[in-house]
Amino acid sequence: MKFIKAVYAIFSKDLINEKRTFETLGSMLVFALIVVLIFLFSFDLSVGLRKEAASGIIWVTLCFAGTLSLDRTMALERETEAIDALRMAPYDATVIYFAKVLGNWFFLLVVAGIVVAAYALFGNVMLFTGGFIAILLMGTFGYILIGALVGALNMQIRSRGPLLSVLLFPLLIPLLLAAVNASSLVLTGNDPAGLRTWVGMLAGYDLLFLAAGIMLYNKILDE
Amino acid sequence: MKRTPKLLIFLDVISALGLIGALLLVFLFTPVEKTMGLVQKVFYFHVASTWMGMLGFLLATVASIGYLRTKNLDWDAAAIAGVEIGMVFVLIGIITGSIWARPIWNTWWTWDPRLTTTLIMELIYAAYFILRSNLGEIRQRARLSAVYAIAGFITVPLTFVSIRIFRSIHPVIIGGSSSGMFSMSGNMLITFVSSLAAFTIFFASVFWHRYILERDQRAVNLQSPEED
Repeated sequence: MKFIKAVYAIFSKDLINEKRTFETLGSMLVFALIVVLIFLFSFDLSVGLRKEAASGIIWVTLCFAGTLSLDRTMALERETEAIDALRMAPYDATVIYFAKVLGNWFFLLVVAGIVVAAYALFGNVMLFTGGFIAILLMGTFGYILIGALVGALNMQIRSRGPLLSVLLFPLLIPLLLAAVNASSLVLTGNDPAGLRTWVGMLAGYDLLFLAAGIMLYNKILDE
Repeated sequence: MKRTPKLLIFLDVISALGLIGALLLVFLFTPVEKTMGLVQKVFYFHVASTWMGMLGFLLATVASIGYLRTKNLDWDAAAIAGVEIGMVFVLIGIITGSIWARPIWNTWWTWDPRLTTTLIMELIYAAYFILRSNLGEIRQRARLSAVYAIAGFITVPLTFVSIRIFRSIHPVIIGGSSSGMFSMSGNMLITFVSSLAAFTIFFASVFWHRYILERDQRAVNLQSPEED
């Protein structure tokens, strides 16, 4: 109970901060929409292909946009040495991990909703199905689980450059493969057995990185 | 600075002899494979060096866990030794594989699970090096790169399984019966096992050298005033 309260305290701190500045969501949204438009322009697909390409385009967009919030959320803690204050609280670092996972997941889901809506609108395809939303939830959750871990790692690098994506993307490849394939199967409705396999992969990835995150996160912040 | 241990010099000699011996076996002793011809001979070193590379990555992961548990910097030296050897020898594995694949599969590269997984592994450990080079303070570097090495290693089997779901054309030599398989005659098996053994001894000696180098380097850095 105390654990949940502590997680919620950090989570709501990040939300309040976001409400006042709108920095993270603002830049994520604009960036994600531009990426979707660039994809639609550069491929100029027919309606049938637009549906097949939807999962790939949406996942790549979310992957890029997600790095913005993962970078920002930890940069905020570092700029004012706020992370030291957080570490001083009599809690395990796992609290910070869960709070960051929840916060970034929330941002990414907001962006995902708008990206999917934009793609559906501009591409004139129907994307809001229960199965697709479920896969979006699972995939973004896995993405954030590993992203929050790498984000905390990245925070400690002195010359922070575009390093987050270099560190993050190689680890994401199995997740992306599963997410892209599962969503394209659920959208086209082909091969239900294949869909089950990919969803199983997604679930396995989520569980494995949940465990890895819990075990490794306090090692990252441990000075 | 300590002198090179006697056992290590012994290992150096043995691995040099072993590699020469394996080379002689490959070219003089083993028959030419019936359908693939001469290019099949790359297989002996292809498997052996990939095995050596994988061993490096595995030991690096074990060493990373060891560092996080004990905070002893010698584990970190072992981790960097493992990753560096892994990078080089998996790359050799990829290149020799491509040389084999060009005439046999009629392409340098294909998106087969093993090929893709090894390529992604190389990318993960390349990122590991980038991370290391961006971290100055020695304990922080050891700690964060250990975390990254462990997280990276976790994804390797996942990558393999997820790409396996697409059909594989890589031949399974040991304990498999896929369509691309070829069977080894007695002499081939002897050569194969010998080159594996030679590369394993070679691995032990290179690993040990790299480990000593890293440890000594750290000791020197600690003595010099500009250490950060």
